[in-house]
Amino acid sequence: MAGSRFPLWLGVSQPRVEDDRLLRGAAKFLDDIRVDRALEAAFVRSSVGHARLLKVHAAAARAVPGVAAVFTHEDLRPVLTYDRIPLALPSNAIHFDVDPPPLAYDEVCYVGEPIAVVIADSRAIAEDAAALVEIEYDPLPVVLDPRDGIGRDASKARLDCPNNLVARHVIKYGDGPTAFNAAVHRVKDCFRLNKGGGHSIETRGVLARVDGEGRMTVWDSTQMPHRAKAVLVDVLGLSEERIRVVAPDVGGGFGPKAVFHPEELVIPAAALKLGQPVKWIEDRFESFTATAQERLQIWDMEAAFSAEGKLLAVKGQLFHDHGAATPYGVALPYNAATNFIGPYVLPAYEIEILMCLTNMVPAAPTRGAGRPQGTYVMERLLDRAAEELALTRDEIRRRNLIQPQQMPYSVPVVMRDGTPMTYDSGDYPEAQRRVLAATDWQSFPERRKAVRREGRYIGIGLSNYVEGTGRGPFESAAIRIGPSGKIMVSSGATAQGQGVKTMLAQIAAGVLGVKPENIHVVDGDTDATTLGLGAFASRQAVTAGNAIFLAATRVADKARKMAAHIIEASADDLEFSGGRIVVKGAPDLGIGLGEVAKALSGMPGYSIPGGLEPGLEATVDFQPGTLTYTNGAHVAEVEVDPDTGKTTIARYVVLHDCGTMINPMMVEGQVLGGIVHGIGATLLEWMRYDEQGQPATVTYADYLLPTSDVIPRIEIYHMESPTPLNPLGVKGAAESGTIGAPAAIVSAIEDALRPLKVRIRDLPLTPAKLRTLIAKARETELRQ
Amino acid sequence: MPELYPIKVQVNDNIYERLVETRMHLADFLRHEINLTGTHIGCEHGVCGACTVLVDGASVRSCLMLAVQANGRSVTTVEGVAAADGKLDPVQSALSKHHGLQCGYCTPGIIMTILEMQRDGGGCRWTEVEVRKALSGNLCRCTGYQGIVDAALEVLTPAAVTNRKSMRT
Amino acid sequence: MKPAPFEYHLPSSLGDAVKLLDTLDDARILAGGQSLIPMMNLRVVTPSHLVDLGQLSELCGINETASSLRIGAMTTQRQLERSELVRTCCPLLAAAVEHVGHQQTRNRGTIGGSLCHLDPGAELPVAAAALDAKLKVVGINGPRALRFEEFPDGYLTTSLDPGEILTEIEVRKAFPHEGHAFIEFNQRNADFAVVSVAILVTVVDERIGQIRIAVGGVSYAPIRLIEAEAALAGNSADDQTVDTAEEIASAVPCQGDEVSPAEFRQHLCGVLVRRALKQAIERAKAA
Repeated sequence: MAGSRFPLWLGVSQPRVEDDRLLRGAAKFLDDIRVDRALEAAFVRSSVGHARLLKVHAAAARAVPGVAAVFTHEDLRPVLTYDRIPLALPSNAIHFDVDPPPLAYDEVCYVGEPIAVVIADSRAIAEDAAALVEIEYDPLPVVLDPRDGIGRDASKARLDCPNNLVARHVIKYGDGPTAFNAAVHRVKDCFRLNKGGGHSIETRGVLARVDGEGRMTVWDSTQMPHRAKAVLVDVLGLSEERIRVVAPDVGGGFGPKAVFHPEELVIPAAALKLGQPVKWIEDRFESFTATAQERLQIWDMEAAFSAEGKLLAVKGQLFHDHGAATPYGVALPYNAATNFIGPYVLPAYEIEILMCLTNMVPAAPTRGAGRPQGTYVMERLLDRAAEELALTRDEIRRRNLIQPQQMPYSVPVVMRDGTPMTYDSGDYPEAQRRVLAATDWQSFPERRKAVRREGRYIGIGLSNYVEGTGRGPFESAAIRIGPSGKIMVSSGATAQGQGVKTMLAQIAAGVLGVKPENIHVVDGDTDATTLGLGAFASRQAVTAGNAIFLAATRVADKARKMAAHIIEASADDLEFSGGRIVVKGAPDLGIGLGEVAKALSGMPGYSIPGGLEPGLEATVDFQPGTLTYTNGAHVAEVEVDPDTGKTTIARYVVLHDCGTMINPMMVEGQVLGGIVHGIGATLLEWMRYDEQGQPATVTYADYLLPTSDVIPRIEIYHMESPTPLNPLGVKGAAESGTIGAPAAIVSAIEDALRPLKVRIRDLPLTPAKLRTLIAKARETELRQ
Repeated sequence: MPELYPIKVQVNDNIYERLVETRMHLADFLRHEINLTGTHIGCEHGVCGACTVLVDGASVRSCLMLAVQANGRSVTTVEGVAAADGKLDPVQSALSKHHGLQCGYCTPGIIMTILEMQRDGGGCRWTEVEVRKALSGNLCRCTGYQGIVDAALEVLTPAAVTNRKSMRT
Repeated sequence: MKPAPFEYHLPSSLGDAVKLLDTLDDARILAGGQSLIPMMNLRVVTPSHLVDLGQLSELCGINETASSLRIGAMTTQRQLERSELVRTCCPLLAAAVEHVGHQQTRNRGTIGGSLCHLDPGAELPVAAAALDAKLKVVGINGPRALRFEEFPDGYLTTSLDPGEILTEIEVRKAFPHEGHAFIEFNQRNADFAVVSVAILVTVVDERIGQIRIAVGGVSYAPIRLIEAEAALAGNSADDQTVDTAEEIASAVPCQGDEVSPAEFRQHLCGVLVRRALKQAIERAKAA
């Protein structure tokens, strides 16, 4: 579908229009925005994991010179419509809503939960005063484990909830019991993946200002300004025309900034109360307990295989750490449980998802949004079965991969939007074949043996994955050409580094025959687009990309018709070139886009020629029918030092298929970035809490992010299986790197340590943990 | 009254005389006192490198230096990197060419680090391993580092280093 | 993460610095700031006064004597790294400095600051322990000298009296036939060491003469493996001796944490001592 019709602008690694100002330090991130008389805020946060909140003593803080106010829930409640922020996404699975309060009252449920906000002349003074606020707590037991937390003897994570089982959902299809009875081999295991965060280098922040006419502008380092506005309209009780939310330059998102956090309400509320602008910039220490994180899940799974190693059925339980409030509904574990199926034929599946309320920061998507966990578990089960059945790991996968002739392939699971889960396009066996061909997979056993004689341990690992992308319900894009010839694009899409402006400009410029840098793009501003959603779930190339393509095409068609009328040529003989519409083969015969726009803008008293409607503009809210599935395969080569437990990734190769690529350079950037998040989650990143619910990792000295010296050069190979589900044939690319990485790396580590028979289950796999596994394996061997 | 201290510091091409709070760090001074917001704050405890600037030509984490310690010194920030006529420095162009930036938040710190690498490593052949090690004090969450490494390798060739105009210090 | 307010002092002479520290209550010394300022930004420490030693040029510099290098406490790690003198006369110190943080922190961080901060993961204190460094300090009662082993007093605590300033670190030059090794374990190259090992060994006629083994990361301060040193001195410089060293090192009592528990560190101690000793012996034989 794509490719033949599309001219040269698709598949071009167009240099980014964003880069120049970023390189000069001329960007305007939230803390770069200057607003007169802005006060600065610092939050007083819970220092205990769970307690009744008895009293907040703020008098000493209020008395500090330079402090304008100290607000608690009680102080802000008069300007709010509710006690809680209505964030819960609808779901039949949820037993009870756990909407967060903007500031805690009665009860605090996680270390870091905001209790009060200090507003002062400077952040430094606000912090001085915040240190003087005394809180009286009546400590309560904490719930920290998502499995224990729904056990019979578990204490309550929240007094205001009936129990800790926020949601229970069963995904079930096929005849599991029969399949298990028929199984020749069963693999049973339990996996624990630990908590981690997105950790964009820019933290969160909010700046709110009410102007002289009572209109509020909120600059918010968010991925979803329209949603933020909707919440503010609802909870501040202000009508739509009185609020504007703008996402300025945003320094990375990765999921946490897609979630509405309490501070995004408290700061505007404070600005309203004080009648003065208020700014809050999250500091890094805060971010460890104030910003949503995820990944803590326990999977207790069993898989049934035939004698030939074909999957017959899987059953199990997924215990998901939901955190202390619901910013994001069931999406995370649902993604995980469905992505578990991967590109494989799974005839029967039954998984019970149990979402457990805990006394830790609320769980909301970080890159991958649950999908990496699902892929990890499936790939581990396949590796296990391969070992027991004496099949190679690539062969067992080959036997289970969905074949290209089976596409589109329907999995009997119903998605959140009510549509059945359907893999629309992709050639999974070919993807695996190509990635293996690009590596030393076949000859690796020889190399591994040779290297072992030197006393070194190397291994190679493989993973396959799919990713449902392009989540709806829609995204907006509008294009307008003015009489000056300037092309203006606006979209509900938002940018945190993925190159949204370049993508939109590249498409629009391609259709209209201009240079992308001459197109003015506005994104992430609720004044520029009335409807929009924003960045999450690898969706914007699909949704906004197609929206702008359709809008630009509509505008191009209209411009052509108008130009045909004006220069008296046939519309079919016209083409776009250099900002003009010209006769093919006779470029002197033509008219500028601006002139066309002018003609369409009307002269008083004269009708628009050609019977056309006024204006050279179009708005499209593109509604993807359902998710479109990106797929790929990763191969990792590692070296393990069994004496220290340290893993070095020596080589990394990925085959990636996201359908039509609009800008291959940017696609690769997403894949690379995603893989590094995955490497972090596998080997380094571990958000730890102690038994009292106190976070143990609250600086970058404790919480380790991947640095350039621990990442190998990553080789990317592309396949393009365009999707039939949208005009451009594109699929999302932003998270797939993260989804495939943990499984490939762990597969390689187990491969390296095969003679020691090490079994890896839990992540992250720190050196100490791997050492323990090695030591135990050696002990077991000595005893045998 | 917060303790105020007079400082005189050169930043890029200008000399600034200010009274600053002793507790204000250099990053905040640059960003808020003289409104050069190109230097960014990512962690405020000296790990991420987003705040890297050059002080008397040497790379420094500006969140770990007090503004008062910059008294009498010369600071170079990202705003001082492009040429006087606005042309991007080769380090900046290389980063764009190799897609070594996405959100751009860590980029100023990385630019300053690479500039120092150019100056220090003059004439040497940098291997990729050495480049990755030298860049390991700058965290990036977007790019996976590869584009940054490629940009650094391009500008660290002996020819590129020799051609480099002398640093403003 | 803004620090609590403090008064800032910039003495122009060592004498003034000493007098200041004697009179001020709740004062901290500011050297390179790479350890102190993060703690202040996090409000883990909130001193009322900071005494900046940045003007004291008399505390900078590396001077050579017949048998040692005398290094001013305010000498930056970067200066150590680039010093030909350090590289040739005290290669263990040069090896240790390569592991210290990043360029950006070495440009400001000082050797004195690192020793006085005494982070268990820091490399310079371990090298100082292996080198039996001699420290000079100055206080209101005048100067005194102490050996490095008398210097640590507890977690992040030295035995300096309040108001005393470390002014100089003297390290001996390498002996003839001496080999060195500095090996550490961490997940990322520039991190603080989980465990680090510094070894100096002389080998003459295939036998070990003098040997010093210092280990960091297993206790609040670097420890010398005195037992191992005694057991190995005089032994032949071969694999069996390395085995013995590893055995002893793997039994060293360790403190740990959740990420790197005591057991793990103990095991690492053995592994790193083995690797470092092998390397040091090789270098000694080549010397």
